[in-house]
Amino acid sequence: MSTLALKTRTPIRPARILLHVFLAGTALAWLAPLLWAIYAALRPYSETSNKGYVSWPDKLTFDNFTNAFQQSDMLHYLGNTLIIAIPAVLITLLLSSMVAFYVSRFDFRLNIALLLVFTAGNLLPQQVIITPLYRLYLLVDLPGITMSGKLYDSALGLVLIHVAFQSGFCAFVLSNYMRMLPHELTEAALVDGASVWRMYWQIVLPLCKPAMAALGTLLSIWIYNDFFWAIVLISTGENMPITSALNNLSGQYFTDPNLVAAGALLTAIPTLIVYFVLQRQFVSGLTLGANKG
Amino acid sequence: MTTDTTSKSPEAAAVPPSGPAPVTKRVPQGHKRLLTRRDRITLGFMAGVPTILHVALVWVTALASIALAFTSWDGIGFDSIKWVGLDNFRQLFTDNPQFWPAVEHNVIWFVVLILVPTPFGLFLAVQLDKKIRFSRLYQTAFFLPVVVSLAVTGFVWQLVYNPDTGLINSLIGANKPGHYIDWIGDPKLNLWAVLIAASWRHTGYMMILYLAGLKGVDPSLREASSLDGANEWQTFKNVIFPTLRPTNTVVLVVTIIEALRAFDLVFVFNKGAQGTELLSILITNNIIGESSRIGYGSAIAVVLLVISLAVIIPYLIATFRKERQA
Repeated sequence: MSTLALKTRTPIRPARILLHVFLAGTALAWLAPLLWAIYAALRPYSETSNKGYVSWPDKLTFDNFTNAFQQSDMLHYLGNTLIIAIPAVLITLLLSSMVAFYVSRFDFRLNIALLLVFTAGNLLPQQVIITPLYRLYLLVDLPGITMSGKLYDSALGLVLIHVAFQSGFCAFVLSNYMRMLPHELTEAALVDGASVWRMYWQIVLPLCKPAMAALGTLLSIWIYNDFFWAIVLISTGENMPITSALNNLSGQYFTDPNLVAAGALLTAIPTLIVYFVLQRQFVSGLTLGANKG
Repeated sequence: MTTDTTSKSPEAAAVPPSGPAPVTKRVPQGHKRLLTRRDRITLGFMAGVPTILHVALVWVTALASIALAFTSWDGIGFDSIKWVGLDNFRQLFTDNPQFWPAVEHNVIWFVVLILVPTPFGLFLAVQLDKKIRFSRLYQTAFFLPVVVSLAVTGFVWQLVYNPDTGLINSLIGANKPGHYIDWIGDPKLNLWAVLIAASWRHTGYMMILYLAGLKGVDPSLREASSLDGANEWQTFKNVIFPTLRPTNTVVLVVTIIEALRAFDLVFVFNKGAQGTELLSILITNNIIGESSRIGYGSAIAVVLLVISLAVIIPYLIATFRKERQA
């Protein structure tokens, strides 16, 4: 197949048709587990236990979804997730853009070292730090500030660790992005007597909007999906974000796989919405780190 | 996470349009020379606050893991911390029946990810890069598993593997006594079952990284290659693949990190029972499990830390060195 035809659609050829057949088949196979979960969730448990799961449906209902939604009090847990995710995303973007601004615009000796520390920290497996972190969270008393009176088992604790962990990746990406901006921009502002803060807030940040949007999308999905911190650092069912609450739900209803399937699918819906609406940002966010933005 | 930045660093190009050029022998780089005291304080805060937070929660705790690994502590009061030297490690290496299997599974995890979904993701990327119809649609299908949380992924695959009601056993009739296949509970099978789910996710991730890499390949390279009469495979092997080197580095590092971090999927699947032990699971069980042996859990964490840093540090040094040269 020639690759000359980059500008025009290639004419239909057997090889092309074969490729489409292959890709469509593979894509279907890739969707199969999710489709299977949807199919199971749409059927009443009584029916599947009688006829088996691989069978034609007698009736399809949304009952499992409504039950999972109500019985597990899903809105409450979604609220818990939002209380954690929204501040975490915003603070991460703010702090990492400050660090990025500093290391990309001011050539102090520190900056490579600083970036190294941040990036390496972000690449560490979370379990490396969990034992002391867990103890630390139990030690810190915050009477009246958090519901639990400690950092442990509080939304604040989860926000802090998300910010600390994720700001590494974001600082790295944003600093690369800011280095692409012409230096004259801020140079001129500085000569005119603008303060450093104004340079950051009014000149550099607005120019970073595309990168910030991409990172914001990525962070929202990552933090929403977080399971590990939520499992270890939140112990009271009431305070759990939606992912670890789902884990509880499945323990409670393990005898009814259809209901669990519905719960799992409901949990995935917000991420899917964010992804479909902000697909471009999400993908560019993932590849920003891997290539020149 | 790497940049093959070829642009000159901005400082080199920055000739201030106006402003007092100091008469000193070396002009400080960047904007430093024009800062007021207030600006310096502002900058200190801007760099300091995030750094303190990050270092305190990530690096201080990592160092604390190292320190605690040489102690025994029950977590009640600091005066009960006892120095035990290498005891935790000795126990870990010699009489923990789960440790070596966990190391082996982490290694298998990486080997499988790099040998199966990674090349497959590259293959898909190359096909989808051909500007074909429905490309977006296919991409979305392959990428969906990356977006959905790993916890949800674990539940979805449980429905596929469940020995009594799951898709596979229902299809092949292996849910009846006599030829019963327990994908989740059988220690000989469950790791491979989880790895299929992990590969399902990893393929899309790799595909996206390679698609981004392929976008950066100069089209004239392809044209020259096909004018020279090279077929598609030769073009890929001799022209395209070598230009993907930076992407390959990222892919390798990302895959290693993914293999070391593997946790959520296994935890949801079967709590890391026999057959799917991983280092991350052992550490976590030491905290939220029955016995909370802090020193012992930290010793496992140190093993994980050493392996991780052995990968992270060379990679970052290479990355930053490239940037410096640019």
